[in-house]
Amino acid sequence: MIDRPLGPLPLDAPIPGSSFSDLLQSMGLTPPMNLPPGFSVPSVPEGTTVLALKDAEGVVMAGDRRATEGHLVAHRSIRKVFPADKFSAVAIAGTAGLAMDMVRLFQVELEHYEKIEGVRLSLDGKASFLARMVKGQLPMAMQGLIVVPLFAGYDEREATGKVFTFDVVGGRYEETDFGSTGSGARLAKSYLRTSYEEGLSADTAIALAVNALVAASREDTATGGPDLLRRILPNVVRIDAEGLVEVAEEVVFPLAEDAVEKVR
Amino acid sequence: MSIPFYVAPEQLVRDKAEFARKGIARGRSIVAVDYGDGVLLLAENPSTALHKISEVYDRIAFAGVGKYNEFETLRKAGIRQADLMGYLYSRDDVTAMGLATAFAQTLGVIFTRDPKPYEVEVLIAEISDDSSEHRLFRVTYDGTLYDERNFVAIGGKAEQLMEALGEVWREGMTLQEALTAGTDAFRTAEGRDPEGWEAAVLDSRNGRRAFRRLTQDELSE
Repeated sequence: MIDRPLGPLPLDAPIPGSSFSDLLQSMGLTPPMNLPPGFSVPSVPEGTTVLALKDAEGVVMAGDRRATEGHLVAHRSIRKVFPADKFSAVAIAGTAGLAMDMVRLFQVELEHYEKIEGVRLSLDGKASFLARMVKGQLPMAMQGLIVVPLFAGYDEREATGKVFTFDVVGGRYEETDFGSTGSGARLAKSYLRTSYEEGLSADTAIALAVNALVAASREDTATGGPDLLRRILPNVVRIDAEGLVEVAEEVVFPLAEDAVEKVR
Repeated sequence: MSIPFYVAPEQLVRDKAEFARKGIARGRSIVAVDYGDGVLLLAENPSTALHKISEVYDRIAFAGVGKYNEFETLRKAGIRQADLMGYLYSRDDVTAMGLATAFAQTLGVIFTRDPKPYEVEVLIAEISDDSSEHRLFRVTYDGTLYDERNFVAIGGKAEQLMEALGEVWREGMTLQEALTAGTDAFRTAEGRDPEGWEAAVLDSRNGRRAFRRLTQDELSE
């Protein structure tokens, strides 16, 4: 089946479009996503709380580091916030294995399109594509293997940050100011609802994101608070007209220290 | 039933080669120059919309001369191949060597099997991790693969360009020096003022995706 990658170039790929996922599928390289009926899902690691909020010039995205398996902690320093391309980031909640694979495919998809077409997809285009990927997971979701991403980026055409949330059937919702998904999403959003204002500075927005994660971890056991002793800190990225920047550990550490003290 | 005329294989290959060479000679040339931190790709290109130089992978770039639709097909196929390999295995498993071989194989098959060969010549450049020795490959219309050092030229004026570059190239040039060397080589080889430039670099300082197009401002400096 996989005779292509080592043979001559795929000159006559059955679907000669710009989509990498379509290319994979047309070459029969995507594993079937249908589980047999009556299949009971084994316990697998699940990612928990991630959030994104707009600030004056861009958008901030953050996620805690815990993955759970039932009532147990599966990983204590997993990564759930990923750069998607230069101007967008994607964060994952739900079945970690499937979600990470989705992110990897999404990253390749965006870069592939950009290289083939010579221009980047619009931010809405990227969000639509991600929605399509989520929808493709529906058969798995029906059996309990749910993946719900969170997408945020800087819209180069409208010169503003945007946040998109999704549901399991591939619904895509643009949020006006912030969004969150995962087990602690409700708690994080409650915190943001009381503290969020329009036109925040980048620094304030980053601090707010860390606070909201700590607030979620206070009541949701599946959300990991910052582990200051082992320096396991939330992953935070910020995106504006200059592109995506990973917020350094040296910046996040004092914010996390502060949040642990301040958030009741 | 008519019997097809017998054509000696030597004659057939010679005719096809001559046809392809004529097509390539009509187009404008491209050079690639190693400048220490990276590789400069420079093409004479009056169009600002149709590119001859493109990013293929993290540290790999592609350039093609000849018929636009033909090298565009090859370029897209190369990107597909690279992204497939990188996705199925690891990003480290995508190499210029592997891609250049695939281009050579594909062009070779087309040359012998198809009634009309591709009128193209392509160039694959890859920068190394420690900027010691960057790789430059050239593949001709019949699938012959050449491994070049320091600088390379493809297209109708390739020989003259190689000669001109040979006189000015030295190790550890800066990007600006490489650009001057490239543009001067074009003027010498063509014997006229070029009608517009397209340039891009693979530079290890650009992060994971080393490819970057040079702006018109940078080019006019």
